[in-house]
Amino acid sequence: MKEHAIKQISIFLENKPGRLARLAKAIIDSGVNILALNIAEAGDFGIVRMLVDKPRIAYEELQKKGFTVSSTDVLGIKIKNEPGELYKISKALGDANINIDYAYAYSSNSEAYLILRVSNLNESILNIQKIGLELMDSSVFE
Amino acid sequence: MEYWNPRIEKIPADELRKMQYKLLKMLVYRLYNFSPYYRRKFKKHNITPDDIKNCEDVSKLPFTYKKDLRDNYPDKMFAVPQQEIVRYHVSSGTTGKPTIVAYTQQDINLWTESLARSLTACGIGRGNIIQISYGYGLFTGGLGLHYGAERVGASVIPTGTGNTERQIELMQDMKVNSIACTPSYLIHMAEKAENLGISIKNDTNLKIAILGAEPWSEKTRQRIEDELGIDAYDIYGMSEFNGPMFTECSEKSGIHIWGDHMLVEVVDPKTGEVLEEGEEGELVVTTLQKEALPLIRYRTGDITELYQDLCECGRAHQRIARIKGRADDMLIIRGINVFPSQIEYVLMQTREVGKHFQLVVERDGALDKMTVRVEVSTEAFSDKINDMIALKNRIKDRLKHFLNINTEVELLEPGSLPRFEGKAKRIIDKREF
Repeated sequence: MKEHAIKQISIFLENKPGRLARLAKAIIDSGVNILALNIAEAGDFGIVRMLVDKPRIAYEELQKKGFTVSSTDVLGIKIKNEPGELYKISKALGDANINIDYAYAYSSNSEAYLILRVSNLNESILNIQKIGLELMDSSVFE
Repeated sequence: MEYWNPRIEKIPADELRKMQYKLLKMLVYRLYNFSPYYRRKFKKHNITPDDIKNCEDVSKLPFTYKKDLRDNYPDKMFAVPQQEIVRYHVSSGTTGKPTIVAYTQQDINLWTESLARSLTACGIGRGNIIQISYGYGLFTGGLGLHYGAERVGASVIPTGTGNTERQIELMQDMKVNSIACTPSYLIHMAEKAENLGISIKNDTNLKIAILGAEPWSEKTRQRIEDELGIDAYDIYGMSEFNGPMFTECSEKSGIHIWGDHMLVEVVDPKTGEVLEEGEEGELVVTTLQKEALPLIRYRTGDITELYQDLCECGRAHQRIARIKGRADDMLIIRGINVFPSQIEYVLMQTREVGKHFQLVVERDGALDKMTVRVEVSTEAFSDKINDMIALKNRIKDRLKHFLNINTEVELLEPGSLPRFEGKAKRIIDKREF
């Protein structure tokens, strides 16, 4: 089950012009590529969450550069790019009394990924597998 | 021209000086013999009551600092047994513990007398209806003015702070003609009234305002007087010596310090050297008649000057200029004293944030707003927004609990606050007084 826990990198940023650029530059310099990205903003600060190809390196490099960074286990669920998929997942988790702390998604032509932070990771994995959906594997990340 | 106590208020300057000398001599004698704290202090400086031969000899006495009140918390500086104390007030300390001040019945009587004289000099007396919009409770402002206003026979409405709409309603319905509050609160009240379609100038009976507990300027007085159609008077005091005690007279040219209550000096804040009249420096006060918590040469931290010339009003009691600033880094936020050291103290106990901080003080409308900017530590960082907002609120609550004022908290990235070598400059005060 552990292989389905994906390492997401989260960074605390002040909500000010230029802060994201500073972060983006630091990521380039770390030689890391961003696969998915989400920014949540709350007044004077924001939290950037991202899936990258090399989470361990990203974490270490950003911390070295003085960013407030954390590494969080999230789920990446592979879904079809068609109506009804979000409902299927959120209903399954809701029925199991699992809370979705936050979510973001990206899609290409045929397929899409939904990324979730949930209140109970293991329970979620079981419930997602029960409805026959495929989970992203941490082995695709370095 | 009305006087509350013409015998004392119109006393000639030389007689007043003689009276002050007698009171000073008695004070030193009393403290030397009955106050363990001052006795120790006098002995350390080789002072006996015999050293006081005239008023100027006050400068031979050692200073008393806010730190002394803190070090002797809660009651080691009190000069009377607890049975004699009828009231306590509490003011914020510079760090950690607050300062407790105590009053005997005689202290309350003298405080009331002082304000009775001052309020009379501002034209408040029997027939006036006064709204007291200073905080009641541990803060000295509300109760102090309350007693003074009742003594002169005014009808007092003890509104306290807050609930501005209700205050405006009472002002209209009760035909209030005088108010005591901070200048910024009065401006806030006027703005709020205007939003409700009420003009203080045209739709209320307000004519006199006693304003203080925070710095304000001549420019602000002009603005308040013009826009509200009232007379605004400056009031001065601090909890260490009772609370609000002294105001301007109808001349509006300096605050009269009742000489039988307090002996004032202005000293160089760095060297402690006594300055001439007309020179700007730190106000130092000696309470001539206080029983419970007498103060010898207390360093107020307030910057002012003594006026030389005699006031047109005929009172020979020394006048001080409007307070021009502070000798230390104390801030006054909505009438409440705030020391950066207090904020540091709270933050030191909050593991989730770093030890660096910055205070930004600005005006939100007419009222003060203070923002504490802190750096989030990596350990405290959660990528759930709710956790971060909860952290913010936790810091806010602690500051509120400790300082008794609402602050905003801004979370910053580590390393984004300026670092200082030597004395840190942590305050950004954008207010105009």
